[in-house]
Amino acid sequence: MPYPADLKYTKEHEWIKSDGKTASIGITSYAQDSLGDIVFVDLPKAGTELAAGKVFGTVESVKAVSDLFAPASGTVAEVNGELATAPEKINKDAHSAWMIKITLKDQAELNGLLSAADYEKFVAEEGGH
Amino acid sequence: MPAVEAATPAARKTALYAVHRQMGAKMVEFNGWEMPVEYPCSGGLIAEHMAVRTAVGLFDVSHMGDIRLAGPQALASVQHISMNDAGRLAVGQAQYSALLYPQGTFVDDVIVHRLGEQEYLLVINAGTREKDFNWVQENTRGFDCRVENLSDEFTQIAIQGPKAVELLQKFTDANLAGLKFYWLTQGTLCGLKNTLTARTGYTGEDGFEIYIPSDEATSVRVWNQLLETGKAFGCVACGLGARNTLRLESALSLYGHEISDTINVWEAGLDRFCKMEKPEFIGRAALEAAKAEGLKRTLVGLEMVERGIARDGYKVLSEDGRETGYVTSGSPAPFLKRNIALAYVPPESAAHGSTLKVEIRGQRVGAQVVPTPFYKRPKKS
Repeated sequence: MPYPADLKYTKEHEWIKSDGKTASIGITSYAQDSLGDIVFVDLPKAGTELAAGKVFGTVESVKAVSDLFAPASGTVAEVNGELATAPEKINKDAHSAWMIKITLKDQAELNGLLSAADYEKFVAEEGGH
Repeated sequence: MPAVEAATPAARKTALYAVHRQMGAKMVEFNGWEMPVEYPCSGGLIAEHMAVRTAVGLFDVSHMGDIRLAGPQALASVQHISMNDAGRLAVGQAQYSALLYPQGTFVDDVIVHRLGEQEYLLVINAGTREKDFNWVQENTRGFDCRVENLSDEFTQIAIQGPKAVELLQKFTDANLAGLKFYWLTQGTLCGLKNTLTARTGYTGEDGFEIYIPSDEATSVRVWNQLLETGKAFGCVACGLGARNTLRLESALSLYGHEISDTINVWEAGLDRFCKMEKPEFIGRAALEAAKAEGLKRTLVGLEMVERGIARDGYKVLSEDGRETGYVTSGSPAPFLKRNIALAYVPPESAAHGSTLKVEIRGQRVGAQVVPTPFYKRPKKS
């Protein structure tokens, strides 16, 4: 699986893409593959404060429910409303199907996250994929 | 996203394990067995589910167990340990039934097949194999009847869906179209003599379950032949994920969920498979008493009317927020495209149309009691 180099990754299988002040967040291709057919996402409203490492929502496939963990702290600026009616977009292209955009609280938090190469290594060790 | 759980190394494997891995199936541990949950090459769970509703799907269900009872008192034994009336079975006929504890709760649910004049085969659940066999053996001691655990002798494959009959007919001379639902035949199938082929299943669709020798070579050959020939009929391999959503749409009970050692027959709504008029069976007296006492809870079908998916174990609340019951199985229904669940609730909130709440991660989400089965296959014209 190719993991775009301009994204940062968490060990909980979220990605974050920052343009400096704001960042979009989604789940990785590995995550959508493990979940299977995604049928439901529960996301926070605009204005919600997120704390790095804390649960901000859930994603559900037919067979499982998974929490979403915030890769960084910030305030929700925008929610991808399209996913409420077409959650399968996450299965089709996980790395472009962003869930929320946040205004970053501290850009330095991103330094602690995994690079594409490190994430790929992590996933290979974890799941044997 | 938490890490995906890997199956424990101690899990048992069916004779088709290597084939599942080769096909790239996602494997999970289920009741001590490492089983395919879905096949990306089939298009995943939803595609597998739809294939069974509209064409045909193939399931490895070799984790299921098998107990044979044979001898002059085979019928008396089966009658003593099961709640349905096996006395009504002709040779070649099968019935849904259950083994009960003296308190009227479930040891397991089973399909009883009458193979011969004095020969029966009980097909039992994977998670209760040892418990069931011990139970049957202990409770038939006084009868002139041999009890054998044949669980490891068979690879069991389910061929399910409206096209199942056409597909399987390619492999046998037996007239499958003439075989009624819950009847069986023992003939040559895929070149294998005396193969038990039963028109049974756990999907709410027409279909068959075949019992072939469990050696790997035979198992793999038959599986591959069915899948290869099945392509023309839209056949795909299906995992336990689709098996669960299919049985849930059809409101079929799953041991450990809708039925268990703490739930009785009346609560589970399985009255029509429990024949109180037959002379005697384990659990009968307790069920008589329970009937006189009246129900404290009953199994109902729920449909979510607000946004949310009910899952196994979630709390059911009354409109005013009192906890009144719990969800036994809940999932999105791929064919019906609704979020459905089975749940235990008090009889006073069990009427169709009653509104309830399901607690989903702290939120109270609206649901409505609806008739079951949620899905009923169309009658053949």
